[in-house]
Amino acid sequence: MENAGLLTTAVLFLPLVGLTVLLFLNGKTQVENIKWTTFGFTILTFLASLVMWANFDTSVAGLQMVHQWEWLNIQVGGNTITSTYYVGVDGLSMLLVLLTTFIMPIAVLASFSMHVLEERGRQKLYYGFLLLLEWAMLGVFMIQDLIIFYVFWEVTLVPMYFLIGIWGAERRVYAAVKFFLYTMAGSILMLIAILYVANVTGTFLLPEIIAQVQANPNIWNEWSGAASASNVTGALLFFGFFVAFAIKVPIFPFHSWLPDAHVQAPTTGSVILAGVLLKMGTYGLVRFNLSMFPEQSVQYAGFIALLGVIGIIYGAWVSYAQTDVKKLVAYTSISHLGFVVVGIFALNSQGIQGATLQMVNHGISTGGLFLIVGIMYERYHTKAMDAYGGIWRIAPAFGAVALIVSLSSMGLPGLNGFIGEFTILLGSLGSNYLGFFFTLFATLGVIMAAVYILYMFQHVFMGELKVPHGEDAGTFSLNLKWNEVAVLIPIIVLIFWIGVQPGGFFDIMSASTNELVSHVETAHTEVMDANPVETNAEFAYVGETVVTSDAAE
Amino acid sequence: MFESPTLQTLTDYNIWIAMPAIALAFGTMFLLVIDVFLPTNRKHWTPLLALAGIVVSFVINLLTYSPEQSTTFAGMFVADAFTGFLNIVVLITAFISVLLSTDYLRRTETAHGEYYIMLLLSATGAMFMVGANDLIIIFIGLELLSIPLYVLAAFRVTRTEERGAPYVLKSEESGMKYFILGAFSSAFLVYGSALIFGATGTTNLREIFAAVGPILESTTENSGALLLLIGAALTLVGLGFKVAAVPFHMWTPDVYEGSPTPITAYMSVAAKVGGFAALFRLMIVGLSGFSLNEGVDPAAWQSAIQVIAALTLILGNFVALSQTNIKRMLAYSSIAHAGYILMAVAAVGSAGLTPNIVNTAAQAGLVYLLAYAFTNLGAFAVVLALENKDGTGTELSDFNGLYNSRPMLALAMAVFMFSLTGIPLTAGFMGKWLVFSAAVQAGLIPLAIIGVLTSVISAFYYVRVIVNMFLLTDDAGSPATGETAGVRYAVYASMAGVLIVGIAVPFVTNLVSMVSLV
Repeated sequence: MENAGLLTTAVLFLPLVGLTVLLFLNGKTQVENIKWTTFGFTILTFLASLVMWANFDTSVAGLQMVHQWEWLNIQVGGNTITSTYYVGVDGLSMLLVLLTTFIMPIAVLASFSMHVLEERGRQKLYYGFLLLLEWAMLGVFMIQDLIIFYVFWEVTLVPMYFLIGIWGAERRVYAAVKFFLYTMAGSILMLIAILYVANVTGTFLLPEIIAQVQANPNIWNEWSGAASASNVTGALLFFGFFVAFAIKVPIFPFHSWLPDAHVQAPTTGSVILAGVLLKMGTYGLVRFNLSMFPEQSVQYAGFIALLGVIGIIYGAWVSYAQTDVKKLVAYTSISHLGFVVVGIFALNSQGIQGATLQMVNHGISTGGLFLIVGIMYERYHTKAMDAYGGIWRIAPAFGAVALIVSLSSMGLPGLNGFIGEFTILLGSLGSNYLGFFFTLFATLGVIMAAVYILYMFQHVFMGELKVPHGEDAGTFSLNLKWNEVAVLIPIIVLIFWIGVQPGGFFDIMSASTNELVSHVETAHTEVMDANPVETNAEFAYVGETVVTSDAAE
Repeated sequence: MFESPTLQTLTDYNIWIAMPAIALAFGTMFLLVIDVFLPTNRKHWTPLLALAGIVVSFVINLLTYSPEQSTTFAGMFVADAFTGFLNIVVLITAFISVLLSTDYLRRTETAHGEYYIMLLLSATGAMFMVGANDLIIIFIGLELLSIPLYVLAAFRVTRTEERGAPYVLKSEESGMKYFILGAFSSAFLVYGSALIFGATGTTNLREIFAAVGPILESTTENSGALLLLIGAALTLVGLGFKVAAVPFHMWTPDVYEGSPTPITAYMSVAAKVGGFAALFRLMIVGLSGFSLNEGVDPAAWQSAIQVIAALTLILGNFVALSQTNIKRMLAYSSIAHAGYILMAVAAVGSAGLTPNIVNTAAQAGLVYLLAYAFTNLGAFAVVLALENKDGTGTELSDFNGLYNSRPMLALAMAVFMFSLTGIPLTAGFMGKWLVFSAAVQAGLIPLAIIGVLTSVISAFYYVRVIVNMFLLTDDAGSPATGETAGVRYAVYASMAGVLIVGIAVPFVTNLVSMVSLV
């Protein structure tokens, strides 16, 4: 078991090793070496994470492949608050780690032919930032210690800020600064919440905090210390974490940084942003909000799911109105992640499992869409939808690939998107805290997705052939480079794999999510039992039946 | 108490524990004599000898570093982990400042040996403040720290042939301003000390600590509580001036902008270290009688510190937003950072805290000071590298496209700016984390929230520097005429410091965990 823990650490630190190697290469004369070193290390990380997957025991609900090392002690009021380097994965983390290590080599490979890199140079810096970003993202998904989690969480900002700011489009500076400040503003409130949580529980270690919450679900409101708690403390802490994650997701009223960041970011930036970075927010909601604040999660489930539903419809609606291809794809993210939020706050097994799978699906489909848009942008040098048309005529194979990715994003049965969305809708329908109307309006989103995706596909791939300015319509062809073909293949494979055989992916997470759901239910029931005055008989009754039905499964 | 020292008490004097400061003082005197006899073509030995003096003092400090608290000079000087740790900060600051100075002075044709002597004298003063256990020593240390600084601030004299030049050297003005206001604030400190002495009958901080509780609990009218209150308020004003806390900050931007840049760098750190050391000693060891007594409200001056901290955070960060000159921006940023450290001081002031929490707050303040020292020195080193001979080149626009012309300088500056913002993996994050944590533990949640929100504000102006350096790619970038070997070493040393404190955290926390004031 100890070796397995080292494996986790190895996956986490491989990108950093790559970064160190990169430091010794000359940025001017060894550009090819830099590219291939980066690619090599991301592939190596991917292979190592596959070994993790092979060692992953799907019957274990808790963390596995744990590796820990005491990092520092701070004396606090006679107790010692220990911050521990503590990595491990459960079902949720495992999937997202795999997603990260899968997306990164694709992003690196896609950069090989990026025009903007040749133009602005600084390739060593660029690839260095990609590796730094991968390290930080893996850290976010693996670390189980609140303060070190926060460290990794904030570190992801820096490389992304530079990726957008240096290699982005015309308004890159504005977008980069907006991205940085917006996300930082959210997460820094989380720091206060983290410090308060550690102050109450005496530890930064998530498993220990969860154990304390299990022992006393009302721990946040009952604590008396220098900063004594009141009956809203739990809610304040809950929202301290929630806002940080909501901005990252982004959940409806906090989304305005996303279109800017996506449109201005270089192709790889968008791929990573959509593919992995946004998942940090939804991951945080499941990992921290649900497990540390089960009672508050139940209490505010309806409200947050409502925001999710608004996001689904709003994102789809605005998406349809776009004339900029990249912006259109950016707004679809808001819509898709709305589904994930609804799934999470359905607070039942199907909902959370569907949400988790949808995180992966969205990373693959939207990442793929951004790659396709990026490939076209390299030829047309514009993102305006009017400039495109009839690409199918000159590149039918490319068109077919784009069609598959679009349909997957739309949620066509047989492809990956359908599985995730369907499970989420099922979860929200069976949820004790959401109801029929949530499902109804969320389903509207699926229909609207068909509208905007087909609209885009029709404009870009069908109709008259339009060619870039200065090109001859007779001789113009896309001339796909080898790396552009290579990045699309694994995406297509996964789209079909998850669409046809989702069982393996559900197996990874089912034990963990079931445990999480029963943790939330138990905590909620206990709080209800402890406060008979506020007890809602229906809630308590339904909560119990769900627990037993889970046990029966 | 006022008996003349007998032979017996004289032999009790354990000079060894005050040796780091004494060694530096001796080194300074030695340098003063040597410099006079150095022939003109050997003058460049003076900074080298100054560096050697600092290193000797540093080594002695490491040898004497001990968590055991011991006092000497009839209890007036105290050596413990607090003293040892802050001595390290002061010596690092002095070392890097000397590195920054040599080429700068040659470039601006103001190279005189007494510059280094005054720099070391000032550092000696800071070290005495750090170890002060007596109001008198606090005052003497403060003056020894400040008076050379007044001179150094005015060191870049405008020579006659330059008087008609289109640019104006603001050095004399800044020296004068600093001197007048500084003298004024010293008077506040002295008067406050006198009142505290009047109330408690002693200048020794330990004895004041013992006396404060009974005075405040006594119900008789002439208990001296009022005297104590006024005295504490006046000392707070005096020290608040030194650390540039709002509303005693007015001098900071002008003086920082006008002083020679290496002196600005030195002053922005050393004066704060000295001031905060005295504040911590005075508030925790001296006047904290209240907060450590169960069931008594925190003293009025301690609530005042919370208000001052909040004001300092808000004003410093907001005004820094609108600055266009990097030296002025860093001046306001240094005001803001004083606010963060004041949060740690304020954390001490809540009622009924255990000694553990009090010590944690002090440790947080120390880590913050160390982080701030490395970061600010590094940032000023980069500013100095960009500064032209005539003092121009310090506008924010001069940083445009720096990554094109000087990539390493730009990277280092980015690290310093991220550290000042408090982004993880840099020293600044460690400092902020510990300080916020101390505030939360002491129950100062509103202050902690003000702290994080103003951190976001601060990100606006720190990130702007990074935007200018990295994202404005069309600009060719400053030639960085001031980037000489010494400056480069200073930048790299500071960057190493920032990253070590930020990443190799246990190293620093172990060092600081020995600190216990109560």
